[in-house]
Amino acid sequence: MSIISDIIDSTKAIIKGMSITLAQIPKEKWTVQYPDDPVTLQPRYRGQHLLHVDELGREKCVACFLCAAACPSDCIYIIADDDPRPEEERIGVDERYAKIYNIDYGRCIFCGYCVEACPKDAITHGYNFELSVYTRADLLKTKDDLLITKQKQSPNYRVAFSDEDVDSEYKEI
Amino acid sequence: MSVSTQNLPPQFEVVDSPLDSQMTISMGPQHPSTHGVLRLELVLDGESVVKCTPDIGYLHTGMEKLFEYKKYQQGIVITDRMDYLNPLGNNLAYVMAVEKLLGLEIPERAQTIRVLMCELQRIASHMVWLGTHALDIGAMTVFFYCFREREKILNLIEAASGGRLTPSYFRIGGLMMDLPAGFERRLKQFTDNFPDAVDTFNTLLTGNTIFQKRTQNVGIISPEDAIDWGLTGPSLRGSGVALDIRRANPYTGYENYDFEIPVEGDCDVWSRYLVRMRELGESLKIVKQAAARLKPGSVKADAPKVVLPDREAMKTHMDALIHHFLIVAEGFDVPKGEVYHPIEASKGELGCYVKSDGGPKPARVHFRGPSFVNLSALPHMAEGEMVADVVAIIGSIDIVLGEIDR
Repeated sequence: MSIISDIIDSTKAIIKGMSITLAQIPKEKWTVQYPDDPVTLQPRYRGQHLLHVDELGREKCVACFLCAAACPSDCIYIIADDDPRPEEERIGVDERYAKIYNIDYGRCIFCGYCVEACPKDAITHGYNFELSVYTRADLLKTKDDLLITKQKQSPNYRVAFSDEDVDSEYKEI
Repeated sequence: MSVSTQNLPPQFEVVDSPLDSQMTISMGPQHPSTHGVLRLELVLDGESVVKCTPDIGYLHTGMEKLFEYKKYQQGIVITDRMDYLNPLGNNLAYVMAVEKLLGLEIPERAQTIRVLMCELQRIASHMVWLGTHALDIGAMTVFFYCFREREKILNLIEAASGGRLTPSYFRIGGLMMDLPAGFERRLKQFTDNFPDAVDTFNTLLTGNTIFQKRTQNVGIISPEDAIDWGLTGPSLRGSGVALDIRRANPYTGYENYDFEIPVEGDCDVWSRYLVRMRELGESLKIVKQAAARLKPGSVKADAPKVVLPDREAMKTHMDALIHHFLIVAEGFDVPKGEVYHPIEASKGELGCYVKSDGGPKPARVHFRGPSFVNLSALPHMAEGEMVADVVAIIGSIDIVLGEIDR
């Protein structure tokens, strides 16, 4: 007798579960079809770094080493140099600039401490998260890879800057 | 009958003889239902477990030693990686322990946001627990709904901190930055919709006879044993002991919130399940109260030698710039002493012990991880049960191997 009631109860439970599952079919899908559709990121998202330039195209970094000091994983490597040329011809905004600025993405943990530390707003987190490479040496990004003028945005992500964008990312289910 | 080799410690005893009905099998470390790299050495007699020995350490990364080489503020990012389902709780335990040493006063708004974020994180952690626990037992659908709800919370955490799995949102003396514009509106969207999701889980699992049969009267641990083994959190409350650090030893203003402590007295997997399911509702209640209490104000303590100055002040005032450079480059000195600060993480009592001998780096940091202690009671619960129930018991104590091995 108890076996029969067990079977009935289990069947009821399965039917109840299936009704919930099937009711999901007409509803809007939460899943993002990455990489066919872009991923929506929040404005504060911490992706690959960007080295910024000012309106004249000069690098903002003054090689103060604060980002390297703040970094918990010691992934930033800087060599500073002096640029004695007149102001218009310089590489950086100041006489002192970073001759070499490397970030080792094999070590970087994307904590945002370097961005918090930078007194010149020269380094920020960009939004690129597609950093996989075939060899480990390629994870070492140099200044040429990091400068904002040299990076191009991938079509696989977009950033929700406005309220409408934020809302579009939240679907009513 | 076991054939033992002479002069060997008991754990190397050979029990696997053809004449013997007992069999030793290794469950893990790649077993999907051990929630990480946990290896269990099971001695089976037929289908019942005679002996169960957890073998841990596959994920050991030496985090506690690493703290000694990092400045106090750099330690926060290490805590993220311990219990990776509850990173904000780990942040809070460490940050509050250091704040206790420094004697810092945290502003009201920062405390409210801490409570809010920690409770959101608790819901997210319970969502992963529920999904994987149900998946282990055989209910696959719940997993997808749980991860959908978790995704909404992770989006909120990403909006506030920039990180999803490793937010590092709390800082010594306050928060990384204030909540973004429009956060409260999005939080409301979540809190309005979440009760429906809980109803779905209840329909799929709580009222499900199959799930009940798999969990009731399995993995029993009596209240006395639970206390003796040092269980904390929902695993302890599932044995009928109403102990919650948020109530017993309130921190960050939890004494001002109105919530219940769910307790179930059946002492089995089912009652631990019920406790966590009821906790979802209680956490949501706290989130709503905290959201209603958010008032404009500072999110950083008034301690210029410890807390980074505002970015505007740093660019315009020389003294703020000097403090900024000193804090980032040199760190800040913490007075000599040692503290222990426990918080109620999603898995139980997470305590942080910090010892300082005066410099910018801690002399010793130790964590009392709830998963580690809860796992130690697993042999007690699993011995005598069927081998298929071991996965249900592991799911019910909700362990994260990142925290066990550290």
